[in-house]
Amino acid sequence: MNVLWLQSGGCGGCTMSLLCAETPDLMAMLADAGIDFLWHPSLSEASGAEAVELLSACASGARPLDVLCVEGALLRGPHGSGRFHMLAGTGRPMIEWVRELAGRATHTVAVGTCAAYGGVSAAGANLTDACGLQYDGDASGGLLGAEYRSGSGLPVINVAGCPTHPDWVIETLLALALGEFGAEAMDALGRPRFYADHLVHHGCSRNEFYEFKASAEKPSDLGCMMEHMGCKGTQAHADCNLRPWNGMGSCTSGGYPCISCTEPGFEEPGHPFAETPKVGGIPIGLPTDMPKAWFVALAALSKSATPKRVRVNATADHAVIAPVNRKTGLK
Amino acid sequence: MSRQILGPFNRVEGDLEVSLESEAGRVTAAWVNSPMYRGFEQILVGKAPSDALVMVPRICGICSVSQSVAAAAALADASGARMPPNGERAVNLMLATENLADHLTHFYLFFMPDFAREAYAGQPWFDDIAARFKAVRGAATAEALAARARFFRIMGLLAGKWPHTLSIHAGGSARAVGPTERVRLLSMVREFRAWLERHLFGDRLEAVTAIDSLEALWAWADTAGPAASDLGRFLQLCRALDLGALGQAPGVPRYLSHGNYPVDGVPGFARGVWDADAAAVTPFDAADVAEDIAHAWLAGSATARHPLEGQTHPDADKADAYSWCKAPRWRGHTVQCGALSRQVVDGHPLARDLVMQGGGNVMSRVIGRLLEIARVVPLMEQWLRALAPGEPFHVPTTLPDEACGTGLVEAARGALGHWLVVRRGRIHNYQIIAPTTWNFSPRDASGVPGALEQALVDTPVGAGDTMPVAVQHVVRSFDPCMVCTVH
Ligand code: SF4
Ligand code: SF4
Repeated sequence: MNVLWLQSGGCGGCTMSLLCAETPDLMAMLADAGIDFLWHPSLSEASGAEAVELLSACASGARPLDVLCVEGALLRGPHGSGRFHMLAGTGRPMIEWVRELAGRATHTVAVGTCAAYGGVSAAGANLTDACGLQYDGDASGGLLGAEYRSGSGLPVINVAGCPTHPDWVIETLLALALGEFGAEAMDALGRPRFYADHLVHHGCSRNEFYEFKASAEKPSDLGCMMEHMGCKGTQAHADCNLRPWNGMGSCTSGGYPCISCTEPGFEEPGHPFAETPKVGGIPIGLPTDMPKAWFVALAALSKSATPKRVRVNATADHAVIAPVNRKTGLK
Repeated sequence: MSRQILGPFNRVEGDLEVSLESEAGRVTAAWVNSPMYRGFEQILVGKAPSDALVMVPRICGICSVSQSVAAAAALADASGARMPPNGERAVNLMLATENLADHLTHFYLFFMPDFAREAYAGQPWFDDIAARFKAVRGAATAEALAARARFFRIMGLLAGKWPHTLSIHAGGSARAVGPTERVRLLSMVREFRAWLERHLFGDRLEAVTAIDSLEALWAWADTAGPAASDLGRFLQLCRALDLGALGQAPGVPRYLSHGNYPVDGVPGFARGVWDADAAAVTPFDAADVAEDIAHAWLAGSATARHPLEGQTHPDADKADAYSWCKAPRWRGHTVQCGALSRQVVDGHPLARDLVMQGGGNVMSRVIGRLLEIARVVPLMEQWLRALAPGEPFHVPTTLPDEACGTGLVEAARGALGHWLVVRRGRIHNYQIIAPTTWNFSPRDASGVPGALEQALVDTPVGAGDTMPVAVQHVVRSFDPCMVCTVH
């Protein structure tokens, strides 16, 4: 299975993240799975005319293209011309190359939230008219249009995340290579369900603080970051706290809130990222499937039952009070 | 005279196109184009100042922490915040991890594979170099990637994830380190040190940093351990291909460093501008910086502006423009920056000798990076030992509603500056000068080319060669980051 990887309006961070994969030999592992990078801008030897020839051969159909991976948003501006990103050495806008190549690819994969939904490149007034391959924020469409299907009959596979976790990309490619990735493997926003069916909240090391609504008040506090610090872990679709980043990390274990970087529109939350918007003192972004009244009632109850240890530690940067040793009679 | 356009230039971070004019097998003039524009400076306007910490890392996935540190420094400057000692050291550790990983990525994945190209088949050294450095398939690719991923566990622990951590703030780091975590971090640095000493250097880091002249470097290269190391292999190529004479920019004898790694407020690597003609360091004052947009696709004032008054308004139809990159100038001059500049300004004797003998060139820029790896790993060990678990890593800060601030830092590729103006509690202006904006700047209003444009002049190009390999060496010797350049 050959893979052509292009970068457009993004930061290259999804590639850099991929290279952090926790395996002693990433290239050999992919090769063994039958995955061959036809061209990748950070890794391949071919430069200039040689690379352009290869792209042209794929675009014309002279060379079969199994997977087109696009990293970065598609920059349609100014005025639909695509001139905010010209593919160097070709005098042509990247959006034209991507349209042609996507028309030939058996599978089309958006790597990262930029390529999936527009991401940070589409933030603010979006002067570059940035969008995703098949989405513009959470609206279906994007560069290729809502009707687009790749050769396999699937819509664009959105491996969203800013950046994506290396495993999300690798496991998607492996599943494609095995022929085991069908429509049922994608959620309503085109994301692979193997990671998008989880919430960042699952497995968060701050869960005990969450249970008692013992909240962090400032950066470096240990408490739950939902109430005051803008954390969206209860709503963000991703398995960040079940699948470590860089061997042992996650946003919430790194001391800062989840900003729901796998979601369309995360770049413009409508409030400062590190603040929780509230109405009448109650956060508006509650856990997605919990009735508000229940949440309020349970929060009041659990707050009143918060052990001193949990309450004190929540606003400290290290555990000030340790759990007590108690003779339990259990062996 | 012939003219050619080269691109896409891969194995650089981001997008790059180079136009060359050549005569009699040598480049006579070069124009460097950054063909992609996203507009972070406009995206930031109107946002809460703290949101810069979320947005600016996403300028660049290869130096996102550098962008965070610059933003945090600008916010600190605007609010008068000062990080506690633990915070300073934790941030230094994150920045150093990223910078060293960048140097590793550059050497093994971006730069060395060019010597394993067909163009060199038949050279006596080719088989060994190709087996080790061939793009994707070379033995070193796998080894370096694995070492890099292991080294980045420091970021997993200290920063949650890389790239795009949010743990760096004006008041320090949001992730405190406990006693056993400190030990674990130290073990990660040691593992990396062991890898470097075995594969990259073939010698103790301290032995490498003790090399104090070009002569001593050649003598070191001839001893058994180093000769079989990757640095030894590179030095062998420097001799065989005379890389010390390639990619010089004699018209750009100024080497800028913003200084890096403060401990108790004092930078570990010095700040300043080394003037090779005067053989002296001039203090750097951010007031001496201005950006010129004469040949950039940007509308606005024809006179160069200081970044606090800077403007960024795209104009894709502007006549005489050929890049999205602005032309920053220091006291009106073109400068170069990067690891070599950092080491030269800091006064490392080998770096100074390299520059005095051959200026910035393909060899000296690469040596500058490798020397820096050897110098920074022991600093990381020192910072880790000095961390005091239990003491604060972060102090709360508040930003006034009206403020401005400057954040200066050294990314792997060189001097990075953020300039922030806050009005009524919102970002009113945010301007960024990235290292590659300095190095790959287009011509300014007086027609003076940027550092790479000058360094490419005189590079040998074969007739009919569509992608001359010497040009690639020169371009990649700067370790450009094009996504940062125009952001
Ligand atoms: S999704 Fe995020 S990490 Fe990936 S390219 Fe876009 S900005 Fe960079
Ligand atoms: S924790 Fe949230 S912000 Fe962090 S990577 Fe996961 S989804 Fe993105």
